Amino acid sequence: MYFDEPFRLKVGLAEMLKGGVIMDVTNVEQAVIAENAGACAVMALERVPADIRKEGGVARMANIRIIRDIMGAVSIPVMAKARIGHFTEARVLEALGVDYVDESEVLTPADEEHHIDKRGFKIPFVCGARNLGEALRRIAEGAAMIRTKGEAGSGNIVEAVRHIRTIVKEMRQLTVLGHEELVAESKKLQAPLELVEMVAKTGKLPVPNFSAGGIATPADAALVMQLGAEAVFVGSGIFKSSDPEARAKAIVKAATYYQDPVKLLEASEEVGKAMDGLDIRQLGENELLQTRGW
Amino acid sequence: MKIGVLALQGDFEKHREKLRELGAEAVEVRSAGELAGVDGLIIPGGESSTMLKLIDYTGLWDSLREFAASKPVFGTCAGAILMASEVTNPGQQSLALLDIAVERNAYGRQIDSHISRLELEDGPVEAVFIRAPVIRRTGPSVRVLASDHGDPVWVEQGMHMAATFHPELTEDGRVHRHFVDKVGSQPK
Repeated sequence: MYFDEPFRLKVGLAEMLKGGVIMDVTNVEQAVIAENAGACAVMALERVPADIRKEGGVARMANIRIIRDIMGAVSIPVMAKARIGHFTEARVLEALGVDYVDESEVLTPADEEHHIDKRGFKIPFVCGARNLGEALRRIAEGAAMIRTKGEAGSGNIVEAVRHIRTIVKEMRQLTVLGHEELVAESKKLQAPLELVEMVAKTGKLPVPNFSAGGIATPADAALVMQLGAEAVFVGSGIFKSSDPEARAKAIVKAATYYQDPVKLLEASEEVGKAMDGLDIRQLGENELLQTRGW
Repeated sequence: MKIGVLALQGDFEKHREKLRELGAEAVEVRSAGELAGVDGLIIPGGESSTMLKLIDYTGLWDSLREFAASKPVFGTCAGAILMASEVTNPGQQSLALLDIAVERNAYGRQIDSHISRLELEDGPVEAVFIRAPVIRRTGPSVRVLASDHGDPVWVEQGMHMAATFHPELTEDGRVHRHFVDKVGSQPK
């Protein structure tokens, strides 16, 4: 039921992004820097998460002109964010022809009960998740790529690590269960049995599993990839650092050579000062972005 | 026989799975040393501009050219772009292993990605095109193995071959089988 032709095309693009780095950019100049550094895609937005966090207010889909200009300036895929549940923002992005929509907790949710029904769209969606149940519910709604939520704009990898470890562990656990136990797990995970069975069979999500939220250094990128992420999103980490060009290149290298400490050393030597980071424990519950969505 | 899959970026894991299904030994290649140990190489789908940067960063350019002088290379989508002698939209560097001109993202954006059924001699094959390139010109020594709406989508020239679609994303193993046979028929 899930893997019909339109869905396979959506997952297909996610497959092509594996082993790569998707970078947040807010203008054409940054998009070109990202492409020249080797980004496999860019996320076009008005403000990076660190600024959204600092400035507060309602964060919405980016100005269309910014997205359109970026689409015209680079040859790699261009993604854009829509608010959770805001299906008309997503329709606007579809009409614009962006390559992927991120239904993102980084923007202010538009609906506190419903995510977008993503199966009805021709363009693919990526959604954030903190655990396996959340990931499978998003896939059931039509997401063709999952990424950890992490804690966007924090420059702190701890939440992304927690989320990727949780998802990988929960997947591994399913592989040793009997069928009657999977039925019970499906109930616990609040996710369709068919998807739970797919995970139990392969030990992997049925769609690509990427990591986002707090990646600031080449070592951060390599860490989440070693823990099981198949590609990384870097939001504020690049253009909030002292050396966006060098850092972008170094993180691209780290995503390829994540298992090679000597290559990681080389990449780490190429970068200067990383973005400032936040201690997640110092943030109030209402300042967390990861708890948006369910 | 050992076949390498260039694992700089892209869907290299899907190619490895496909080769294993066919009973071929498949390994990931990220360095000149790893390249030296294989009998044939697949350049997977992914972002060709990203792969180019990584080939530059790691100094694999000359090793790839030397390898291709004596051993077969098969590229899908981004891999086909890297193997072309001429690339447009925009122009970029390539290995020039096949006498073809390729236009990147020629169908448009992701919304224009599609699945076609191609007619092969031994029956139809499903072809998945993801932000795919189009082969705009083929040289006289290039043989077209399959076309879609008049455009060549699977070509070979001597021991090398390329497809603008993704046989690694379908159940059918015939395209990969053709490459495995090519590698197997090379003198050791």
